[in-house]
Amino acid sequence: MNTEVLPVEDDEIVKSNKPSPWVRLAKNTSVRVGGFLFSIILLMSLFASLLTPLDPTDINPSNRLKPPGYEGTLRDNDGNKYQVTARMGTDTLGRDIYARVVYGARISLIVGIAVALISVAVGTFIGLVAGYFRWVDAIVMRFMDGLMAIPAILLAISLVALSGASLTAVIIAISVPEIPRVVRLVRSIVLSIREEPYVEAAISVGTPTYLILWRHVLPNTISPLIVQGTFICGSAILLEAILSFLGVGIPPETPTWGNIMAEGRDFFQIYPHAIFFPGIFLSLTVLAINMLGDGLRDTLDPRMEGKF
Amino acid sequence: MLVYLIKRILAVIPVMLIVAVIVFLMLRLTPGDPAAIIAGDAATSADIDLIREKLGLERSLIEQFVLWIGNMLGGDFGESFYYKRSVTSMISDRIWPTLALATFTIVIACVVAVPLGTLAAYKQGSWLDRTVMGMSVLGFSVPVFVIGYVLIYVFAVKLDWFPVQGYQPIADGFGGFIYRLILPSSALSVIFIALIARMTRTSVLEVLNEDYIRTARAKGLSETKVMTRHALRNAAVPIVTVIGIAIAVLISGVVVTESVFVIPGLGTLTIDAIQGRDYPTVQGLIMLFSFVYVLINLVIDVIYSLLDPRIRY
Amino acid sequence: MNDPRTVLDIKGLTVRLPKDSDRENAIEDISFCVNAGEIVCVVGESGSGKSVTAQTVMGLNPPDQLTPTAGSILLNGDEILNIPQPMLRKLRGERMAMIFQEPMTALNPVIRVGDQIAEMLEIHTDMSVSERNARVIEVMEDVNLPDAPSMAKSYPHQLSGGQRQRIMIAIALALEPDLLIADEPTTALDVTTQAQILDLIKDIQRRHGTAVLFITHDFGVVAQIADKVVVMRNGQMVEQGTMDHMLHHSIEPYTRMLISSVPPLIPPKRALMTKGKPILSTQSLVKTYGAKGWFGKGRVVHAAKRVELEVRRGETLGVVGESGSGKSTVARCIVRLINPNGGEILIDGKDIAGLSQKALRPVRKDVQIVFQDPYRSLNPRRSVGKSIVEGPMNFGVSKTAAFKRARDLMEVVGLSPNALDRYPHQFSGGQRQRICIARALAMEPDVLIADEAVSALDVSVQAQVLELLDQVRKDFDLAMLFITHDLRVAAQICDRIMVMKLGEVVEQGPTASVYANPQHEYTRILLDAAPGRDVDFTAGVSAVR
Repeated sequence: MNTEVLPVEDDEIVKSNKPSPWVRLAKNTSVRVGGFLFSIILLMSLFASLLTPLDPTDINPSNRLKPPGYEGTLRDNDGNKYQVTARMGTDTLGRDIYARVVYGARISLIVGIAVALISVAVGTFIGLVAGYFRWVDAIVMRFMDGLMAIPAILLAISLVALSGASLTAVIIAISVPEIPRVVRLVRSIVLSIREEPYVEAAISVGTPTYLILWRHVLPNTISPLIVQGTFICGSAILLEAILSFLGVGIPPETPTWGNIMAEGRDFFQIYPHAIFFPGIFLSLTVLAINMLGDGLRDTLDPRMEGKF
Repeated sequence: MLVYLIKRILAVIPVMLIVAVIVFLMLRLTPGDPAAIIAGDAATSADIDLIREKLGLERSLIEQFVLWIGNMLGGDFGESFYYKRSVTSMISDRIWPTLALATFTIVIACVVAVPLGTLAAYKQGSWLDRTVMGMSVLGFSVPVFVIGYVLIYVFAVKLDWFPVQGYQPIADGFGGFIYRLILPSSALSVIFIALIARMTRTSVLEVLNEDYIRTARAKGLSETKVMTRHALRNAAVPIVTVIGIAIAVLISGVVVTESVFVIPGLGTLTIDAIQGRDYPTVQGLIMLFSFVYVLINLVIDVIYSLLDPRIRY
Repeated sequence: MNDPRTVLDIKGLTVRLPKDSDRENAIEDISFCVNAGEIVCVVGESGSGKSVTAQTVMGLNPPDQLTPTAGSILLNGDEILNIPQPMLRKLRGERMAMIFQEPMTALNPVIRVGDQIAEMLEIHTDMSVSERNARVIEVMEDVNLPDAPSMAKSYPHQLSGGQRQRIMIAIALALEPDLLIADEPTTALDVTTQAQILDLIKDIQRRHGTAVLFITHDFGVVAQIADKVVVMRNGQMVEQGTMDHMLHHSIEPYTRMLISSVPPLIPPKRALMTKGKPILSTQSLVKTYGAKGWFGKGRVVHAAKRVELEVRRGETLGVVGESGSGKSTVARCIVRLINPNGGEILIDGKDIAGLSQKALRPVRKDVQIVFQDPYRSLNPRRSVGKSIVEGPMNFGVSKTAAFKRARDLMEVVGLSPNALDRYPHQFSGGQRQRICIARALAMEPDVLIADEAVSALDVSVQAQVLELLDQVRKDFDLAMLFITHDLRVAAQICDRIMVMKLGEVVEQGPTASVYANPQHEYTRILLDAAPGRDVDFTAGVSAVR
């Protein structure tokens, strides 16, 4: 044979000057700032009991509507008295807003993460199937169009109202409107990847469909889904807060940021702290997650810019 | 073009039909007796029977559905359990404040966001770009009711420039009407400015990498002309699209904003209806909002077929 | 018109690449000049810096990424390198103009083409609207566009690729510039359109005395139009000289390699296979694309109309045609990547045209395909070894056996077996194409389809991969279906040739006789259009040897 054996030595290898995704992630400012903020909120929610001796549901009728920095004795529901500074004041039932804000982080994060996981899992499955099997596609996508036409907030509110206010109901109610968005994303990836010659090559060497989806298509959805999942997490936290704020979400005694704000609405002009403190934490959390999402998108999947 | 238009209009029908099915089934498929759910915990069995009769629950599902759709097509959304009035008349009473708020918001958002996004794209990487992008992430993250309360606290409670809450119909004076809309619209427009500025930047950046921009520069066009004649015109399609997507966000925002600023629109009606378990009203409102969303996206599709000759022919 | 006036004079031009690129400078110490009425071709393979040179002249390089660090560019004797933008903008269009490779994307899709030509007049002259319109029609007629007044009102997507490129040329010529820069203007076009555009550029240069700087990778094109040639490689200038010098007297090994890589249009002698039954054949194979709409008739495209072909073991059938001829459709139908609408596809006598996906799987191993784009043909996330063994393992071959065979095949395709655990991005385009061939061979197929398999490769690599394909056809006794748009390439490797046009087979026969004595008018047009057909690329090389 005329073609000599081409040794693929190290110096022949096409060198890539791009640093690995992990290095790029660690260098990205958005990821750093967002990650740092998010870690703080996460730690706060995990170690809430170390940050305050009080229970967020402890009622103190004698200490109602105290301003931030109020020093006094607060009682928990078992009657133990604590000499504390109510850093963020107390609400109309004399509950310590600081304790409620710290514990409220838990609910927000649980809702955000659960909704992201559920909607990504369900959406990916439907999207893969719809993208690959034409007859499923026609039916499923029409249904998704319909679902997307209903404003997310109305869909979520009605679902909660019908199934009764509980954490699970809220999580499911918020996941449902997010699913079509994931389905669309995954489907569009599947449709473009299945045109790739390497997928056609896999078809022509007889690889069964489920293996093609698993080996060649699914790996391409991971980066966009991480990005999309992060943004869903952020918007789910917002939506949960909105539901609670409107009084149609998680029951009012549960400490959630939205519930604290709903509680503070009536006396807002005199005691704005009941709205501002949880508002700041809520905004910071969502900001952290969105910055993380931005940074992830820029490093993992630059093409996704603007498509969410 | 006409064929495209007719096709696009007909495509609204299946989507709305599916919306109707979802709205209809939501109540019917909830575990338990729908009438009991609607009636709430304090209801007597007589109440429940009454509701069951009003909903026509004895009939078959298909019959109920067809009847309901038929009535809606005739403009009859049923009668409110709570207010004992026809849903149609309640909606027509409350639609104007919502419409005013939404329109005013979109106008503010577009006027501010499109130039900002274009500038940011043109000066990619500059401090201006970074500021706009930074503010836009922030705009996404701060919920509209927090912004609303901050605005109320600063401009109404502390500075006393604006009224705290409330709405004035346009019939009682145009000045007062706009004056009272300024705070709520500003609060609500933040998220749109963020969304539209970001999308404008992305699409302008994308267009700036196109070959025809290089052609325009090779012709010797000044940068201003390259931007206005060649870049913005092509970037308009995705920008218009995102405004369509924004309508969905806008509807959510309207519900919250009306609640914060105590505006007697469809948003507050929705919350009252949900809390009052006034199911016919809720159904009617969801159908209406979804229809508006679908309709606006239809209009947007038509607009962008006008912007892009490749779709037209 | 033979004015020896120097229009463009480039001296010692060096342009730096951004940090962390694979080399320091995009181009280094480039010097050449272009005289009025002269076509200078800058030729080189990908990464040679030929396009950067052109864009630097126009001042169109992205400012932060490519910075000129030394040298000068004189246009009509005046320095234009690093002059202020407003001055440069005035020169662009008026004194120098440029046309680009992709006519599909170089025109603004939302503006009528007439207005895009008129814009040039609007910004550089004080013509009135009616004067402008008149001039637009005039230049459109000058580039031989039919029915100019009505075509001026069309949008780019309504025109063909060749028409769009003519519009680009019309824009460039609107102000009668002294210098026309053409950056691969015919690469994206079909061969017959390419021939027309080349004729047009040559004609314009002759009539207007324009100096033309022509960037190309194709020595055939060079031979067709160049007065002077500049050869570039990896950002350096290899040599420059007249066309005659390059073809007959150059002693630079790289230039000679480039020239000798242009395959001659004359097919080498091959023994014609007549024995044996065909292993692959199709009978009235039909594929139509069409939208069935609710409204009116959807537009129906007949991608393949009753195509009949036969390939025996050890034989190569070439399918040639321009874009839209249906040649790839035929290939994809045979591999059943798309479903034919009618007809039969017989593999070793068995009809697979209508088989269900399930029934098809066992047959799939008999027909394998190598695609055009080496960068997308391998899953970037899987090692090449895994890509090669995927097929055999689907058919129950054990992992160790499959990998052992993969190692053997790597050697067959000329790569080191130790490279199996590397990933696709670590290989060059040619090496990837070899891996794709190994993947196909791993299935032990009867039929190998090469769908434009060498079209995306640089000429030097192209020749090697062609040789490899021919070798494995021989060694493995394969029936090969070779799809290409390039008649030169087809001449080298095919025993028989089938010419397709708009879904129809217009001519079929032994390669030598089709080339020597084409029967169909269209075949003749195709052969005539092959760039540099009158030039014998082997002459100079053999003289030096």
